[in-house]
Amino acid sequence: MAGPNAVLQPALSRPRRARGRLFALVRFVVMLATTLLGLLAMTFFIGRVIPVDPVLAVVGDRASAQVVERTRIEMGLDRPLIEQFGIYVARVAQGELGQSVLTSRPVLDDIFRVFPATLELATYGTLIGVLFGVPLGVMAAVRRGGLIDQLVRVVGLLGYSIPIFWLGLLALLLFYAKLGWVSGPGRIDVVFEYTFTPLTGIYSLDALLRGDWSAFANIVSHLALPSALLGYFSLAYISRMTRSFMLHELSQEYIVAARAKGLPERTIIWRHALRNAAVPLVTVIALSYAGLLEGSVLTETVFSWPGLGLYITNALANADMNAVLGGTVVIGAIFIGLNLLSDLLYRTLDPRTRRR
Amino acid sequence: MTPLLEVQNLSVRYPSRRGLITAVRDVSFTLGRERLGIVGESGSGKSQTGRAIMGLTPPQARIEAKRLRFDGIDLLQAAASDRRKLRGARMAMVMQDPKYSLNPVARIGQQIVEALHAQRRISRAEAKRRALGMLEAVSIRDPQRVFDLYPHEVSGGMGQRAMIAMMLVNQPELLIADEPTSALDVTVQLEVLRVIDDLVTQRGMGLVLISHDLRLVASFCDRVLVMYAGQVVETLDSARLDKARHPYTLGLLDCVPQLDRPRHPLPTLERRAEWLQ
Repeated sequence: MAGPNAVLQPALSRPRRARGRLFALVRFVVMLATTLLGLLAMTFFIGRVIPVDPVLAVVGDRASAQVVERTRIEMGLDRPLIEQFGIYVARVAQGELGQSVLTSRPVLDDIFRVFPATLELATYGTLIGVLFGVPLGVMAAVRRGGLIDQLVRVVGLLGYSIPIFWLGLLALLLFYAKLGWVSGPGRIDVVFEYTFTPLTGIYSLDALLRGDWSAFANIVSHLALPSALLGYFSLAYISRMTRSFMLHELSQEYIVAARAKGLPERTIIWRHALRNAAVPLVTVIALSYAGLLEGSVLTETVFSWPGLGLYITNALANADMNAVLGGTVVIGAIFIGLNLLSDLLYRTLDPRTRRR
Repeated sequence: MTPLLEVQNLSVRYPSRRGLITAVRDVSFTLGRERLGIVGESGSGKSQTGRAIMGLTPPQARIEAKRLRFDGIDLLQAAASDRRKLRGARMAMVMQDPKYSLNPVARIGQQIVEALHAQRRISRAEAKRRALGMLEAVSIRDPQRVFDLYPHEVSGGMGQRAMIAMMLVNQPELLIADEPTSALDVTVQLEVLRVIDDLVTQRGMGLVLISHDLRLVASFCDRVLVMYAGQVVETLDSARLDKARHPYTLGLLDCVPQLDRPRHPLPTLERRAEWLQ
């Protein structure tokens, strides 16, 4: 040790620091590329393994043997597997996911059309989950064994164990059919079909942008039930995780030190403990958001929500393999993206993981 | 004149499945603006004694005492909010390991400034000025830089100085130092102790130094309490360690290697049930 005031910080010169940053960037890109390639390999080989003949799906089962053979060569299916994979990767890289048999449109266009619906629902669900789940989890940890703790336990247990389609149907029955507080399935009433034109596909945002208040009210009343439902399941998970992260932080010595210097309990809980618990919590929230973005098939089915989950399920039921695999690639890419985002957030939240 | 701290028959108990477990039993002492050492092995109740005085024991702890007064204030009767106002402002505690006792995600300066703001309404600039002054007072050479560092970026000795700065910035009258050097390198231990020593002398604070190192404590304090299994077994004048009579104290004094003669094997501590009343 150099002396009593030695600081454990390597004195990096400027060019070395810049090179370090470049290296980190290269590493990041290589990691991203590898992960994406792995994802494509998965979807590609799943596409080969499933018992759907891609040629038959295109030409139909009454085509002559000649037509079948020609199509097979046109689709490149006679070439070696590894070459086919190369072609596939090149095509996906250009945003070419093939045609959907069901809608006879490019799969990518289809996904752009249905994804905003899922994005909207998942975002509201996660917002509800975070806004209620985090404070509930914190309070449960602070008053361990108290009323809120019991409540969080029950809510969590129900959230884990109740099937969403059942709860969704019951909620529809009560709030839509019996009480009439909210609108039923779908994203917007048919009445608005001709007056309301979407802009981004996120209807609630579009209505705001266009200043169409009656459409906005209608959209919100359609959104209320499914997003509350997704929000509930996300809340159940997030509150449990918040509680356990907070219990861990509250038992640390720096909390005792914060009390020793006379800080009010409020500050200790929300500024010290939660700020530390936020580090792992970010990953949990990001992954739960990614899970919802995959399109919660059951929720979208119950509420006739024209989102990604419903799209892929329909495609699967009709052996529309391009759509299924294209959707899978998109979902995978979203998942990887959110994972990276949570890694970046993690780094900004925890100074110990930052490179200086 | 009322003494700074009066402790009479202090007990700390914890409920468990097999009934109450006693961590501290009938500890009594009085402290003026002087230095008192509390010595004992781990589990002897010395840290629990310190935390009970600070009011930092966990909520399930049962604290009883015939008398527990700080500057005439009855700590057992005081409301939780009044005790909080005492903490940091009039009594403070330095803990063992800065690696765990500093908030890892907050800058060092920020943690000192926060201690200031908890006690008084002062401007941010003034708080920063005082915090920098305090960092200088604990012999940190480059306070400006350390102010902006995170706890993981400084060495153990530096972290412990920052901890001391954070705890003393509001000029408390009583400092409880709970093993303040045990987690540090031997080479920095004495420096950190000197920082505490200087500040305690300058400001005329009362000091309770908790440690397992009897000789170290004796060289620093006026009086030493020797604790064993939650009880005080002997109270000694630091200058008169040779007058120690209790076999446990003698054991503590004896179980140290010596330079001038081989000691192999080192004697181990003897523990007897009959030492407990």
